[in-house]
Formats: sequence, C-alpha cells, structure tokens
Amino acid sequence: MEMKFKIFRFDPEVDEEPRYQEYRVAADPAERILDCLNRIKWEQDGTLSYRMSCAHGVCGSDGMRINGTCALACQKLVREYADAEVTLEPLPFFRVLKDLTVDMNAFLEGILYFRPWLITLSDPPEQERLQSQEEAKRVEEVIRCILCACCTGACPVMSENPNYVGPAALVWAFRHVFDSRDEKRIERLNQLDFPDGVWPCVNHFECTRVCPKKIPVTKCINTLKREIEKTLPGRSQ
Amino acid sequence: MIFKHDVIIVGAGLAGLRAAMEVAGAADTALLSKVYPTRSHSGAAQGGIAAALGNEEEDFWEWHMYDTIKGGDYVADQDVAEILAKDAPRAVYELEHMGVPFNRTPEGKIAQRAFGGHTRGFGKAPVKRACYAADRSGRVILDTLYFEGVRKGLKIYPEFHMLDLVMKDNRVVGLVAYELATGEVHFFHCRAVLLATGGYGKVFKTTSNAFASTGDGVFLAYRAGIPLEDMEFVQFHPTGIYGLGVLISEAARGEGGILRNHQGERFMERYAPTIKDLAARDVVSRAIATEILEGRGINGRDYVHLDLTHLGEKKLAEKLSDITSFVKIYLGIDAATELIPVAPTCHYMMGGIQAGSHGRVLDTEQNPIPGLYAAGECSCLSLHGANRLGCNSLLDLVVFGRRAGTSILQDLKHLSWDDPPAHPMKEVQDRIRSLKERKSGEKHGRIRSAMQETMTRNCSIFRTEQSLSQALAEVRALKQQAGRVAIDNLGTRFNTDLLEALELEYLLGLAETIVVSALGRKESRGAHFRDDYPERNDDDYLKHTLVQRTDDGPQVSTKPVTITIYPPKPRTY
Repeated sequence: MEMKFKIFRFDPEVDEEPRYQEYRVAADPAERILDCLNRIKWEQDGTLSYRMSCAHGVCGSDGMRINGTCALACQKLVREYADAEVTLEPLPFFRVLKDLTVDMNAFLEGILYFRPWLITLSDPPEQERLQSQEEAKRVEEVIRCILCACCTGACPVMSENPNYVGPAALVWAFRHVFDSRDEKRIERLNQLDFPDGVWPCVNHFECTRVCPKKIPVTKCINTLKREIEKTLPGRSQ
Repeated sequence: MIFKHDVIIVGAGLAGLRAAMEVAGAADTALLSKVYPTRSHSGAAQGGIAAALGNEEEDFWEWHMYDTIKGGDYVADQDVAEILAKDAPRAVYELEHMGVPFNRTPEGKIAQRAFGGHTRGFGKAPVKRACYAADRSGRVILDTLYFEGVRKGLKIYPEFHMLDLVMKDNRVVGLVAYELATGEVHFFHCRAVLLATGGYGKVFKTTSNAFASTGDGVFLAYRAGIPLEDMEFVQFHPTGIYGLGVLISEAARGEGGILRNHQGERFMERYAPTIKDLAARDVVSRAIATEILEGRGINGRDYVHLDLTHLGEKKLAEKLSDITSFVKIYLGIDAATELIPVAPTCHYMMGGIQAGSHGRVLDTEQNPIPGLYAAGECSCLSLHGANRLGCNSLLDLVVFGRRAGTSILQDLKHLSWDDPPAHPMKEVQDRIRSLKERKSGEKHGRIRSAMQETMTRNCSIFRTEQSLSQALAEVRALKQQAGRVAIDNLGTRFNTDLLEALELEYLLGLAETIVVSALGRKESRGAHFRDDYPERNDDDYLKHTLVQRTDDGPQVSTKPVTITIYPPKPRTY
C-alpha cells in the first residue's frame, strides 16, 4: 500500500519558521512507522533528521507525535493508520534541534533532580540485600521506564506549567521511594512535596494512555501524593 | 576543538560504564557515546546475567566455567573463562548493591532461572544460573550504571561519533570525533583509550541488533592496523520474531517454552536429547535451519513455532512481559494462547579486537599496544570461543569492563602525554568534505542492503567455500561502489545521512574480515558451520584466527588456544 506522510521540518540554524513536508512511500501493513521514515530518508530525502536505535521499543530514542499522539515510531504499525495521512511531529514542549530531534537535557535534568539511584547508609552485606517478592513487586511496573519522554510530551499540565517536573521524573521518584532497599525514603518524599513537584498532576491520564511500556503513571503519581500525606503529617501546605 | 582528558572511553553500554566507574575520580575521564545516554544496545539484553550463586539450586563456578568452554566449542581460552565464572557472583552482588531491581526468590534472594547451555554436573541437566529482572535485565542494569556514573560526576559527551583512532609510533595519542548536534569535528587528546563500542550485527539483514551496532571501534582499530580475532564466529540467536529479527529471549525456553515444527513436534529432542530446547544457541539455530531446509517449517515456510501457551498468563506477566508485549505489538499474537513464529536472527559477534583478559589490546606479536584497551562485544578476549552462552554477555561486560578500568589505572602511572601528529583531524575532515562535495552517486542505503543480502544468503548459519567466495566477491564489489556514495544532507545539525555513509565503510570492512576468516576455517565449530567440512577438526583448527589489514587486503593468521583444565571432547547436549 502507499502511505502519505506529512513531516515537521525545522532547522533552527537556517529556517525562520517550521514547515511540513509531504512524502509518499510504499509500505506493508505490518511494517513500523519507523520503517517508513527510514525508507523516506534512505531513498527520497537524506536531509530528514530523527533519532532511532533499537527499533523495538527498548532504547526509547524515537518518541515523537504521530497524528497528535506521543508514541514510539518503532512501536506503531502502518496498519493502524490505514487510509489515513500520517503526520509526524516532534514531542511537544521540547526544544526542536532539527526536524523530529529534540533537546532532551531538561527532561533528563528533571529525572536527575530526584536522584535516580539507590541511596543506602548501611554497608552492603557480603551477598545480596534481601528483598521480599512483595517488596520487589511494588516497583515491578515502574522499572519498565525507558526514558522515551512520551508521557512528559503528552502531559497537558506541562503546557500550562513548564516548571512542573513532569510524569517521567515522578515515575523515577516512585521507583526509589518504594524500593525497600533505599534508606532515604522520608527525604525523597519531602523533596517531592513542593508546588512544581508531585502536586500539579490533576489526573488527565494522558501519560498513562501514551506510555509505550504500559506503566500506570497517573496511579503512581497518586500513590506518591497519598504516601506524602500519610507519612509527612506535620508538613506545611 | 581540542579536548584533553587522561582517559577516553568510547561507548556508554555496560562495558564502557563499568570501566568508567573504575577510572573516574582517580583520573580525568570522559565517556563518548554515539547515541544519547541510555540508548546503548546493552539495554536490549533481556534474559539475565549468569552467576553460580546457587540461590535456587546447587551450583559451582567450575560448572559455569566448563559450560562456557563447551558452549564455545573448546576454542574459548580457559584461563579467561575461569576469571569470568569465578568473578561472576561478586559482579552480580555489586550490581544488586547499586540498586539493580532483580526478581527475587521466596527467601528474598536474587531469583535465578535456566538458560541455554548452562548445566549442573558438567552437562547432566539444565541449572538455574541466570539472575534476571523480568525480561528487561539489560535495560535496568544500563540505567542503574548510567545514573551511578552521573552520581559520581562522570563527564559524558553524548551523540559524539568516533571517526578515527589517532596513533603515533605504535601507541595511542587520541581520537577524532564528530559532534552530531553541531557537525563539528573534534580531537580528543588523551593518554588512554578504551574501546567499548559494541557489536556489528548490522552486517546482516535480519538481526536483533540496533541501528547503532555498526562496529565503529572494531573497524577503526582494524584500519589502524590492529588485529581482529575469531571474526568468523557470528552468533545467530534461535528465536527472532519472524521477519523482524526482534529478539525473543532464551528465557522463554528457560521458563519452559518449547520449539515446534510444522507437525507440532518438539524437534529439539532429536538434536539435543539431554537438554533439548536449552542447548547452546548455535545448536538450536542449526536445528531450526535444518527443519526449515527439510520442509518442516510452518506450512513449508522459513520459520518454526515457539510455544509458550502452557506457561500461563501469570508467569508471562511476571517473567516475560516485554516479549509478550513485542509479539502482541508486532504480530498481534497473544503468547498465552497462540504460537509465536520465530527464525534465527544475527545476535552477537564472538570476534572482535584482540585483547587480553586485562583488557589491553594486543598486536600481532601479542604485545600490548600502549594506551589502547577494549571491553565488551567489540573485544575478543577469547572468552566466548566459537559460540557465546546466553547471559554470559552482560557478565562479560561488567567483569571485563571493570578489569579494563583497573588496567588503565595501573598503566596511567607510566603512560606519558605524547604530542599528537600534525593535523590529526585532517584525514577525517577531508573524508567528510569529499562526501559532501560529490554531487551525484550511489545511495548508501542501497549498498548497505546489498551487503546485508549477500552476507545473510552466503555467510549465515550454513556456509560453503562457494557461498563464502560469492560473498567475498560481492562485498568487494560493494566496497568499490561505496567509494562513489553521495549524500543528500549537506547540513551540520544532526546529519545522520553523513554518519550512515561513513558507517557503511565500517560495515563493509568488517563483512570482508568475517568472510575471509570463515574461508580460512575449513572445519565446523560452534557458530561456524561449513557444509563442505561438517566435522570439528581439532588437529588442524583448535586455534584462533587473526586478521590484519594490509595494503594487499586482509591477512589471516592463527594463534593457539589456552587449555588449562578441560581437554576438548565431542560436544553434545
């Protein structure tokens, strides 16, 4: 079948305004949108820029807006867009570096803000730290995060409040707040408890809807809120 | 620009990150990655990391060592396999202490499961040795090591492509890198370089490898005259999703999955009566290819079925959720009730830059090249021999990444700063300029596809003198055509058109070394199977292949295998 693509083009060094460019490409219904992008680039227009690597939804490189919805181009198949023109745009709110390639640094900074590493005060035992299966299960869903930024791109709150840390940073905060081995739980909860921290989320559920790894992001954020209210009773708000 | 650091590590996968943690803090260290951080291909590893912890059942490092050697069809160096197996428990506990979220046993210990070729009692039955985090083990280890590196203040240059290794008087003085965001070419002046650039599965058409797996470090070392070792040994993983090559972890069979042919027969019982579906990967891939060739593929076509329907939804959700979602997304199949079409997919390169177990890169006389180190899939420590066992790769990365880091720290004491040669960036700048100035010519995509076609047709699971000669002729013709590539993108920002054109040269160069090495090995061993020489021949070929670049083309030589404990025996599973 023939697919029609409309792709966002912008080179901030040369172009004054972004524009959309149209391409037609032959594709099989079982192929990925990324396969189409590659075919366009390799056969028609090498000037197109986008990130990609593993091509099966593990590396998290090719998050973009596909017909208005944030998704990985390697996880969406042509057959899902039959008869439709496919519009590809960069992730919203992210600074465009070129075409579909965006600046991820602010996103990564947000995740680093909550210290996405295990903090322990005690010396490790000779063997592993013990953790029950129930304890491990608490983080089973959030460890699927691949840092693709689709959730943050899809979040309506981000457009109103660019200072909001965003859903991905909160997923990583959750990961360590609820890791039974971490010894900074109270401090982490305190760190989340500020106006641009965990609170701006008002349950739009867009992050949960778009997450390519099916992480219940909104639920995690609500759990963090409840945990703060439960654990930090004397807090001032 | 010119940057100066004591140590430059190229590659932000597990090997590079683990080495960096050893060196950073003690020396001025920088890490270059061609992809944005956490996109490295270590993250695609699914099944786990091997270590004889004995958390689920009795296990010993000696069994692990033996399995590694037998898995490698006795061309693995046994002293290196010993280091791996002995150090494995320490390496896994270290990861756990850093926060890797492993699955757990009912007692709260790290959970372990069965994996291909890992056995108890020297081959008697499968053993649970693979430590895992569902089927995303590589990804969670990658993220853990990356954030641990950030925490320690590691200096990272993201989306910097290494384009040349700069040598002077047979030692390393730096490297040239291209900054993807700006198009600038930089010289990195340093005292030590660690290559941790990963594999080059993109030489083949169907592969589980990422687009970034183009063998940059391996080719640039080769071009600098450094010998590559055991390049003929290419691993085809038995279970790639049919048509796509996306990996379905061996963990699926470790958890009880079964391969079936057109008649629904569990055919591995005929090929590996003792451990059946959990035989070494080369054995299973050959069995699948044989079933297909003999007409027992599904509906006579070129795939077989992986049956997970008896595992139950709970086990699939808890232990194999990523692969369950892959088959749902790409095939629309529910693994709990339907059979999964699979075929072998190029997965791992046993060959690479010749290095010792300390990570020092060796020249043809087996002397270390001052300042040059290699770790991970780009290296060949002779650890995996002719076929790597599943879960030994993540282990290799953290064990030998760390060792390379230790060696660098030791050597820095006497590695001096040498002046770079005049104009170290000129050659790279000229290459880029000539590509950009060529007005019309070949598309790199077409040449790459043609290379992948011929390598897949002629140099895959079954090989002959004739098929390999055909591949060599075609690859050499494509190398000529590659000299006439023209690109569309003349810009400076995120010009991946240019980078892909440059990577094509690496892939073609490495394809040639694979084929000439395969032509030289007139026997069948591990992943290298010659229809015209179907038996292993220890009298003539119990040795490593070396290949070195000369002006007359690749030159092949050999070196002995280190055998310490386990003498070669017939290899059956």
